[in-house]
Amino acid sequence: MSILVGAQTRLMVQGITGREGAFHTTRNREYGTNVVAGVTPGKGGQDVSGIPVFNSAREAVEATAANTSMVFVPPRFAADALFEAIDSGVELIICITEGIPAHEMLKVYTHLKRGEQVLVGPNCPGIISPSKATVGIMPTQVFTPGKVGLVSRSGTLTYQISKELAQLGIGQSTVVGIGGDPVVGSSFIDILGRFEEDRETELVVMVGEIGGNEEEKAAEFIANEMSTPVVAYIAGFQAPPGKQMGHAGAIITGSSGTAEAKRVALEAKGVRVGTNPTEVATLVKERLV
Amino acid sequence: MDLYEYQGKQLFAQNGIPVPSGEVANTPEEARAAAQAIGGKVVVKAQVQIGGRGKAGGIKLAETPDEAEQRAAEILGMDIKGHTVHRVWIEAASNIAKEYYASITFDRGEKKPLVMLSAVGGVDIEEVASNQPDKLARLHIDPLVGLQPHDARWLAFAAGIDPEAIKGVVSILGRLYRGFVQLDAMLMEINPLILTEEGEVIALDSKVTIDGNSLFRHPDIAALRDTTTSDPQEKMAQERGVTYVKLDGDVGILGNGAGLVMSTLDVVALAGGSPANFLDAGGGSQAEEVVTALEVLLSDDKVKVLLINIFGGITRCDEVAEGLLTAVEQLGTSLPIVVRLDGTNEEEGRRIIAEKAPENVVTEATMLSAAERAVALAKEAA
Repeated sequence: MSILVGAQTRLMVQGITGREGAFHTTRNREYGTNVVAGVTPGKGGQDVSGIPVFNSAREAVEATAANTSMVFVPPRFAADALFEAIDSGVELIICITEGIPAHEMLKVYTHLKRGEQVLVGPNCPGIISPSKATVGIMPTQVFTPGKVGLVSRSGTLTYQISKELAQLGIGQSTVVGIGGDPVVGSSFIDILGRFEEDRETELVVMVGEIGGNEEEKAAEFIANEMSTPVVAYIAGFQAPPGKQMGHAGAIITGSSGTAEAKRVALEAKGVRVGTNPTEVATLVKERLV
Repeated sequence: MDLYEYQGKQLFAQNGIPVPSGEVANTPEEARAAAQAIGGKVVVKAQVQIGGRGKAGGIKLAETPDEAEQRAAEILGMDIKGHTVHRVWIEAASNIAKEYYASITFDRGEKKPLVMLSAVGGVDIEEVASNQPDKLARLHIDPLVGLQPHDARWLAFAAGIDPEAIKGVVSILGRLYRGFVQLDAMLMEINPLILTEEGEVIALDSKVTIDGNSLFRHPDIAALRDTTTSDPQEKMAQERGVTYVKLDGDVGILGNGAGLVMSTLDVVALAGGSPANFLDAGGGSQAEEVVTALEVLLSDDKVKVLLINIFGGITRCDEVAEGLLTAVEQLGTSLPIVVRLDGTNEEEGRRIIAEKAPENVVTEATMLSAAERAVALAKEAA
């Protein structure tokens, strides 16, 4: 098994006719993902490399039984696309778009939580279950099938750690980029819970960064709810307070959200925290033996 | 994006929140003219984005325009915890009867706006929260419902606001919430919110942070941006659309992806060095982007060595290497540059640099060895 995406995935892509949308959709399909539909309002009836395009998400789901949507819509229209995805009834929504206003995401999040659907992102690189399916923009060549689950707020750092793992002969069950925004659909806890239930996942790597307190909450969850071991990495020890470090969510507010506080919270619950990506891979290797 | 007090107060006024009348002054002469126009006693307030202005001598009372000019001359150019005062705000002095506290924060943990109100104001609210928690009323708001008048009344009574101020405080909370949503704020704080001897409730200070991702729909606020930074590198980066944060070390850093760049800073520090900045060149990292990024880094005199840390995903390391060569040639820098290329086409990228780059550009195979080398080179140059 793997989590969230795999052989069962029937993907629709909102914003499929844009340059990035079309490029990554094609790459996802080449990897083996079952891409069944695209959505661009006003372009219904066209196709992108043979993938039928619909005017609305609802039409796309009715016609193709899509169960997953990837959102590539530009930031100023993305919240609307997310509401549309939720209302179309797909089980899983993965939003790649970076730059959605935080207040828009509050509304999307509140609406989403009235139901059972899952949103991953926004501002995330997507999800890959190596050799099964990929949804998003991750460079697939750095991942290999294996037993380690990986959940991260950062794209390139995920690739880096995956490559370090590959050099030690360790592959992944599923890799989930949850996104670098202050409001994201799935938290560390949501994904850790899924890895805990996944029989194929024997260890989880959690990659956090400054801002918010999701890592601290995850530390509690790991101690109380998980039997699967977790190895962590936190980026941003050198970040000054009050400055946004690239990601909209990577900011120390007042005295809260520091890397040190996260490290202390995790270590207090017995979670090993690597000091650099190479050491994370080494810790994983030790724990897997 | 953090606003100055005067900018926040102007937004308050536009949203119907009462503030003392005031004007901005960039020189003592302007301060004098402002005091004259306002009439009566005024307060001269340093405009810096840091707390503790009053204690540092950045807020002073002036009885006359002459005195306002003198006070402004003293305050302008003053250094308050590393922030130089370039502007003062001159406003009519208020007769304070009571000081309260009001704020709305974007609570990312709860994923709801959080309204806080206290009958104890003008002091650090975190102290009130820990020492007098019964004096601080807190309420999370459903973003799809918004703050209703009864929410504001509940807050006012729960916080122990004086009866004569309830109406004014409730009205201000409603307007503050509307402004918070309409302006896409991450924070709106009034500390102190005062009741005057005359019985009015007015905002005596403002602290406003706007979500950077929303600026496309607030061009008026985006236009304030150039006035919010005085650091030359940060200003240059802003103008050129580079994601950059200034630090105070000597190892200039460029990488792709926020997490990887933060990690690079940490690894440099662990190697005993001191990062000069955070710079995320983004996913593309083509020649043009590398040139722009290096220009920003090299404009910082403190930088003794550059560390370039790239993980090639969709981007290929050979393209990044070519971009880097173009950038180094165009900028003609002789500073040592340590390059670490990992990921797609890494060997090709390293080969290009080994064969074509000038002597000051060297490659390292891992992030750790690259950081160590950069730190050693910075120490040699110091």
